[in-house]
Amino acid sequence: MPIFSYLAIPKDGARDDLCAELAKIEHCQIIPAANREVVVLVTDTPDESVEKALQKKLKGLDCLHSLCLSFGYNGKV
Amino acid sequence: MKLDRREFIKQAAISSAFATAGAIFPGISFGDWSRLANNTGIISWQKSPCRFCGTGCGVLVGVSDGKAVAVKGDPNCSVNKGLCCMKGYHSVQALYGKDRITKAKVRKNGQMIELPIQEALDLVAQKLQETKAAHGKDSIAIYGSGQWTIPDGYVASKLFKGCIGTNNVEANARLCMASAVTGFMTSFGIDEPMGCYEDIDYANVFITWGNNMAEMHPVLFSRMIANRKKRSNVKIIDLATRYTRTSQAADTSIIFKPQTDLAMANAICYEIIRNDWVNWNFVNEHVSFHKGKTNIGYGTEDHFAFKDKAESIDFEEFKVFLEDYTPEKVEKISGVPAKDVKYLAALYGDPSLKVTSFWCMGMNQHTRGTWINNLVYNIHLLVGKISTPGNSPFSLTGQPSACGTVREVGTLTNRLPHGVVMNEHDRKMAANIWDVPLENIDPKPTYHTVEMFRALDRGDIKFIWIQVTNPMVTMPNLKRYRDGALKDDRFVIVSDVYPTPTTDIADVILPAAMWIEQEGLYGNSERRTQHFAQIVDPPGDAMSDTWQLIEVARRLGFEKQFPWEKSNYIEKIWEEYRIFHAGPKHEMAPYKVLTERSGVQWPFVNGKETRWRFNSEHDPACTNGKDFHFYGKKDNRAWIWARPYEPAAELPDSEYGFWLNTGRVIEHWHTGSMTRRVPVLHNAVPSAYVEIHPEDAAELGVMNGEMVKIISRRGEITMPAQINGRGVPVPGMVFVPFFDESYLINEVTLDAFCPISKQPDYKKCAVRLEKA
Repeated sequence: MPIFSYLAIPKDGARDDLCAELAKIEHCQIIPAANREVVVLVTDTPDESVEKALQKKLKGLDCLHSLCLSFGYNGKV
Repeated sequence: MKLDRREFIKQAAISSAFATAGAIFPGISFGDWSRLANNTGIISWQKSPCRFCGTGCGVLVGVSDGKAVAVKGDPNCSVNKGLCCMKGYHSVQALYGKDRITKAKVRKNGQMIELPIQEALDLVAQKLQETKAAHGKDSIAIYGSGQWTIPDGYVASKLFKGCIGTNNVEANARLCMASAVTGFMTSFGIDEPMGCYEDIDYANVFITWGNNMAEMHPVLFSRMIANRKKRSNVKIIDLATRYTRTSQAADTSIIFKPQTDLAMANAICYEIIRNDWVNWNFVNEHVSFHKGKTNIGYGTEDHFAFKDKAESIDFEEFKVFLEDYTPEKVEKISGVPAKDVKYLAALYGDPSLKVTSFWCMGMNQHTRGTWINNLVYNIHLLVGKISTPGNSPFSLTGQPSACGTVREVGTLTNRLPHGVVMNEHDRKMAANIWDVPLENIDPKPTYHTVEMFRALDRGDIKFIWIQVTNPMVTMPNLKRYRDGALKDDRFVIVSDVYPTPTTDIADVILPAAMWIEQEGLYGNSERRTQHFAQIVDPPGDAMSDTWQLIEVARRLGFEKQFPWEKSNYIEKIWEEYRIFHAGPKHEMAPYKVLTERSGVQWPFVNGKETRWRFNSEHDPACTNGKDFHFYGKKDNRAWIWARPYEPAAELPDSEYGFWLNTGRVIEHWHTGSMTRRVPVLHNAVPSAYVEIHPEDAAELGVMNGEMVKIISRRGEITMPAQINGRGVPVPGMVFVPFFDESYLINEVTLDAFCPISKQPDYKKCAVRLEKA
């Protein structure tokens, strides 16, 4: 039952696109900063296989510059 | 609010990300969550004013899965600039108490039986018609609240005054704000403060008159404290009858004997004149002098009537009047050293200092409440410190819409949304806007609140509908009014969200939507109208008080006057109500503007809010071509009143040797029916207590927490003692907060009131103490 949070940094000028893309992906929640090009991303997946698939999907986002892991939990909930 | 383990971990994940972001990007803000409205699928944020006090803090309510789960201060609201007090932060939890009323109930054979709300509304309409047919229109009454939304109060007034034709419309703001209203009306001819909270950012001296702002208006108090820290020339002076958290934080604390604020204010004026600190340009141009009746009584008898009569006097007569109030004479009356009175006068009199006076219940719940309001205005008017940034005599409200709903809509027996029932022009305007015959609106006021409950006891009123208030905790001399309401042929309807001592006496209980479970508007202390959308659904059959009234109105045959659809009735009601206030003195903002902003101050003219009224630079209603225009009075001047010191209605004596003072604590809102259901707040202060001075406690042989019996001529109550707690009364006084229905302190209090405002005095009656 992995739960992670990240700081998602968009490519230049792509914050809104990144928010829109992330909002479409299942198991993702986003909170964009009001005054910086930074988006808080929280992922909440049911098991390891879904988590791996999600990671792959995130890495494939064109508008994403980088992900900085902030919090991770992978125990029983 | 229930938070499961998974949700808890997710919230921790979010917090961790915020903390990381804060460390990497200093100054980063996530304050605009409100713009995200549901695009995360997790939490959306919507603006609302806080549900509790009259400050009117803007909050952002976080909603997840249809439930309000979080609150933060709204950084876009100028009132609180992102801050909240503990009640505000926990406010949404008050929506989810386990014993929420979700179904209508009707008393049958002594038992409350659940039934569908539509059937309960049928019964309410039927009983109302039967009572009116049998006993006349004035046997029917509605008693509302400063926690009514503006639409609630407006439709109540329209239904009862315009359609049914009775002026039996009152609200609990009579118990908290009536003296402020009559103070404004007698001094300025128009209601509500001339200043605004921005005064806090300009004033050099804050004087709190019997006003424990640290607990009652904590966000405003924190703004004062922040200003004192930021600017080197700021002082806070606390005038009070007991030591409070405000006294502790003040630069100077001055304790006076109860009721002697009247003498103190006159002594300050005496000193201002003696030292020639009068602003003569201002006084000559903008002020006139008057006196009224004296020895005006206390209203403790049924059918008490009083009408003041103003007589013009000149400055010299006013000066002679003040000779009874030299600081030395007043020291004997008030117990305040003459040097302290002179110090206060010097602060008000120093032309280099900007002075703001704050007050709330200490001056309003006072048998000479109108007078003491007048007298503090006198001080500001003599030195011309009024209606300019930082110079403000500022009457604070206690409830979130005491101003918006009760004072502006006029849900008091003598009032209409514009003007008073006694005035034909005002009645015509109301009849025209409401589309009712002029003769429907009775030109004679009926009962103010205390007299309304006396009329219920006597049987002159047979049917009363109580909404959003808890009078079976808050009425002074409570036993009489509870016994009266329980008499056999009385019919009591209570619309509320939780069981209370008032629902205990009800024949019908209607489940009400609370705060953000409905769309609505409040009006705060600084003339700010605040809109909130329906953010979550009400539980069960709960319905807004506005819609309950509309349902009954339609059953009574008033479909034409109440034609609105559920989808947009608040907007339609607001736009109808706005017509009453058209014009530069009180123009209200359009609905659309209100939905977009965290509150808008009126007069709102040509898209611009008015910060300081009567000041030509700021107020579009000023038309006299001078720097100030006090347009409320026919002589276009503000009135200084010669008002004497007169003692309280009941003083300690050899039999009842203590003053009893009552009030609130920071953790609880009024009677605690909501905040006592918030675990964090309830656990902080789980029960009421009686504050006793340590010397009095020692004499009684009472230790902290031991039970003390408080006995008055009306009743008695036994409760635990608190010695050297957050508040410390002076020797010879006790203080009891009224939030706890387990200890009904109003069994003991006296139903004396200000003869002009009809507002009761909850701060002064005589009791004796016994160790229980």
